[in-house]
Amino acid sequence: MTIPFNNPDRPNSYIGKTVPRPNATKLVQGRGRYVDDIVLPRMLHVCFARSPVAHARIGEIDLSEAKAVKGVIRIFTGKDLAEVCTPWVAVLAHLKGLKSPPEYPLAVDRACWVGEPVVAVVATTRAAAEEAAALVAVDYEDLPAVTDTMTALDTDTPVIHPDLGDNLAFRRLHEEGDVDAALESAHKVVSARFRTARHTGVTLEPRSILVDWNPAEGQMTAYHATQAPHMMQTVFAEHLDIPESRVRVVCGDVGGSYGIKVHVYPDEVATAAIAKVMGRPIKFIADRLESYTTDIHARDHEIEAKIAVSEEGKILAIDVDDWTGIGPYSVYPRTSAIEGNQVVNLCGGPYDFANYRAQTTVVFQNKTPTCQYRAVGHPIAVAITEGLVDMAAGAIGMDPVEIRRRNMYADDAYPVTSPAKMRFEGLSHHASMDRLVEMMDYDALRADQEEARKQGKYRGIGIASFIELTNPSPFMYGIGGARISAQDGCTVRMDPDGSVVALSGVTEQGQGTEAMLSQVVAEGVGVDPGQVRIITGDTQVTPYGGGTWASRGAGIGGEAALQAARALRDSILEVAAAMLQADKGKLDIRAGQVVDADTGEDRMPLEELGRIVYFRGDTLPKDLPRELVQTRHFITMEYPFAFTNGVQASYLEVDVDTGVVTLLKHWCVEDCGRVINPQLVDEQIRGGIVQGLGGALYEEIHYDEDGQLLNGSMADYLVPMAAEMPDMQIGHVETPTGESELGAKGAGEAGTAGAPAAVMNAINDALRPLGAQVTEMPFTPERILRALGKLDD
Amino acid sequence: MKASAGGYARAENVRHALDLLAASGGQGRLLAGGQSLVAAMNMRLSAGDLLVDISRLSELSGVTEQGGTLHIGALTRHVEIGSDPLVKTHAPVLAAAVAHIAHAAIRNRGTIGGALAHADPAAEFPACALALGAEMHAEGPDGTRTIPAEDFFEEVFTTALDESEILTAISVPVAEDGEKQVLEEVARRSGDYALAGLCLVKRAAGHRIALFSVGPKPILATGAMTALDDGDLDGAVAALAAEIDPPSDTQASAAYRRHLAGVLLRRAVARLKGDNQ
Ligand SMILES: Cc1cc2nc3c(=O)[nH]c(=O)nc-3n(C[C@H](O)[C@H](O)[C@H](O)COP(=O)(O)OP(=O)(O)OC[C@H]3O[C@@H](n4cnc5c(N)ncnc54)[C@H](O)[C@@H]3O)c2cc1C
Repeated sequence: MTIPFNNPDRPNSYIGKTVPRPNATKLVQGRGRYVDDIVLPRMLHVCFARSPVAHARIGEIDLSEAKAVKGVIRIFTGKDLAEVCTPWVAVLAHLKGLKSPPEYPLAVDRACWVGEPVVAVVATTRAAAEEAAALVAVDYEDLPAVTDTMTALDTDTPVIHPDLGDNLAFRRLHEEGDVDAALESAHKVVSARFRTARHTGVTLEPRSILVDWNPAEGQMTAYHATQAPHMMQTVFAEHLDIPESRVRVVCGDVGGSYGIKVHVYPDEVATAAIAKVMGRPIKFIADRLESYTTDIHARDHEIEAKIAVSEEGKILAIDVDDWTGIGPYSVYPRTSAIEGNQVVNLCGGPYDFANYRAQTTVVFQNKTPTCQYRAVGHPIAVAITEGLVDMAAGAIGMDPVEIRRRNMYADDAYPVTSPAKMRFEGLSHHASMDRLVEMMDYDALRADQEEARKQGKYRGIGIASFIELTNPSPFMYGIGGARISAQDGCTVRMDPDGSVVALSGVTEQGQGTEAMLSQVVAEGVGVDPGQVRIITGDTQVTPYGGGTWASRGAGIGGEAALQAARALRDSILEVAAAMLQADKGKLDIRAGQVVDADTGEDRMPLEELGRIVYFRGDTLPKDLPRELVQTRHFITMEYPFAFTNGVQASYLEVDVDTGVVTLLKHWCVEDCGRVINPQLVDEQIRGGIVQGLGGALYEEIHYDEDGQLLNGSMADYLVPMAAEMPDMQIGHVETPTGESELGAKGAGEAGTAGAPAAVMNAINDALRPLGAQVTEMPFTPERILRALGKLDD
Repeated sequence: MKASAGGYARAENVRHALDLLAASGGQGRLLAGGQSLVAAMNMRLSAGDLLVDISRLSELSGVTEQGGTLHIGALTRHVEIGSDPLVKTHAPVLAAAVAHIAHAAIRNRGTIGGALAHADPAAEFPACALALGAEMHAEGPDGTRTIPAEDFFEEVFTTALDESEILTAISVPVAEDGEKQVLEEVARRSGDYALAGLCLVKRAAGHRIALFSVGPKPILATGAMTALDDGDLDGAVAALAAEIDPPSDTQASAAYRRHLAGVLLRRAVARLKGDNQ
């Protein structure tokens, strides 16, 4: 049921074109409005005394010195806030067996990770609050810290939450076919141990919230840098005992989220609770140190995996044993079991094979909680799968492109269900691979690699095919009982001047949602995108929706906008037909003019129609509907997720004396269905690749064995920076989803999903002549030299 | 985090700055480019300082050459060191070091005096000063004194300067005819502090090798210098490995740093041979 947007000569052809971002000028001129820019009368600042130890019983708390600091207004302990805020338990019904203890906005009896908020200090300035927080004296009685994932379930490891019985949060085993038999009889079986490092999202704007409680109205307003305003509305209402209708979450400009800002953080709920208790606006802006200890971490996985292949390179079986440590609590309300679950769902994704076994084991530890971060589980699953496929190719002496071609689902095989029981509506692995090979000039690159080797340079080519889960249905969270909307809505209205306002439930995090919506609405109604203003991120104003996560903005929010815009066009034409005494079917709207559909001749500007409807409605027929506001909602029904696919390649050079990797070039061909704005999609892919490269080469949170965080600043937690980034060439294949007219799937996570695997495979390709291999991310110079056996300690 | 300064005063001249320091009851802290100090304050690693801002003392800035000695004012900024024709001619390793120090914004404000006084063991300039056999000029309440680079760096972030003193300048002998100076380092990303770095100076009198980021202070590798003077590169690499005791941290282990030092020495020597400037 898709409609063809590919004719570039059609009227109002904005979908599929690079249209300038309406908010770019504002942001570049520093005229954005982030939470920290908002100052309210009588506003106070809150800052938290956080646990300096990984696990301790909280004894006496002495606040006398802190209270004496000038500017301090009030100080709250965990017990104080527990009286006004109920705890939450982050489990979901469909993740069977998932358990987690109740979590409070401030630790009550025990602190369970370094950085957990323990005491909240409210003062007239952030500086005063910090000063006092440093003087809060808490008697921490040390408890043993659990920090190692692989031994968390051992009988001699202490149990973090005795009430739960053990340190196992969740375990899921999925089995398809007969893996053991396949392993037994295969031509070659290759096994490997992979590790992806704990890292975090490092948003440019830190987590930020400003909460105002107006007792006279009984209304709470939270100005919040969040991806999911409606979800937060529910959370504040439920835990602070306020009717949902009396909580308004306003989300203005957001400086990047990457999944970090879609979770419930104790310090943010504490801020809301304090605002309610004090009846004054309270602001909390995390600083960078707090970000490292309290923003969710992710990707802390250790994996043993095997692949079995035939002589012809057919994949016979994949066997994955995945372990991850998630910190002391599952994170509310999406839970911390999703990442491991995704690993099970996504391994082997591109390939048509029969025997699959995957188990994820999710354990508690005394470290910062982990949860969903951009491309949840994908970089791990893709690294496992593509690492194994390359090793298998090496073992049977087959070219890495060839082995993939022999195993990827045929482009005409769809619909198909994978051994992980994922349903694919339509993917384009072969077309994407063909395009990639052409773009990178694979054979020439191999020749260059060989030439370089003659000069003693170790260059490598790495390929990584992937699938990406986008446009989630209620199967992701809703069926598990979470009040997280998979549906989204858009209201589109025409104002008297003929301009259009669109209100959407999906949100802008800096990624260009507003641009995408403006061009969809512009095309749907028939106006210039400059005539469309977009309003997002206000629960009291926009249609109810899920917000921005799992690459759903364009696919779900975009379709709702398209349908609402078309409905508005229809209403406008109905009025126009009456005014012009014309046949509605013969009229069209183009560039803000009602025109004759056949000749394109102007009949009436929209502002004239607006003038009549709004100010001289008396001149229109009495029964004529004049509904210049239309709302539509969209939810996917046929598939739980709209999978996309793609393939990446990395070309790099390894300095085998220092272990330093230099990225030479990177390619990605991906298929997100309808490309609404080519530049925005390319930027998403590039930005995603950069985050993936960060995981591959730089980013790693270090803890010592007592659970102390060792690198909590930008000086020692390395993010990828421009100078090290390679040129990235992006290509597209378009296989629109048939679930919507727009046909768009998501593109937000594809880059991050495939980049680490591509780099890993390229490094190992470079190291192959030296007999070395790395599988532990990030691939630091030291890890590479150790693999080469060059270090002796 | 919000910085917590105990106070701030802008010095009019060196004497004024010394007076302000003297009056601060031990809490005085000189503020030059602020690129290390302000970062430390913003993490509350340093709190309550009475800041004595010397950044506008133009008499402490600039490069001159006189009688075979290059004189560099303490407040000369990294960016100026990188482009100054006298530095390029007479102490090229200092100019070369600048490209490795941080990023443009930091190089625009950071000063060589600040870098030397801060004495970060991973910083480039202190090791360059050591390799060049520089002298540090300090002024205190009791007058001026000169400290050889070898005696200047004492420990992590610790120098021979007294709290009451100001580093006013550094002087280095101008490069002799045929002298070669190279700097080699490995950093995780461009602009990061090095995992390990090395300055090599070759003069008629012999080689001078100084390393950074392999110990609590920049290290003069005398054993490796002697071996190199004897034309024994393998011996120099072995000597180097024995005379450093690098730290382990989240970026690299001691073993990696030790290995790197040898690689850097070989690369530096190859560069000496490869180019004749
Ligand atoms: C992100 C970042 C990356 C960096 N990377 C590098 C790098 O790769 N390599 C490198 O070498 N440096 C690096 N630096 C540090 C930079 O070079 C600083 O400029 C330098 O270390 C300090 O110089 P400053 O003038 O800014 O000193 P300030 O920060 O003003 O002062 C530093 C210390 O020196 C004292 N001091 C300053 N001037 C004098 C003086 N004349 N006499 C006595 N005491 C004085 C101050 O009291 C203070 O204790 C980096 C800095 C940042 C922020």
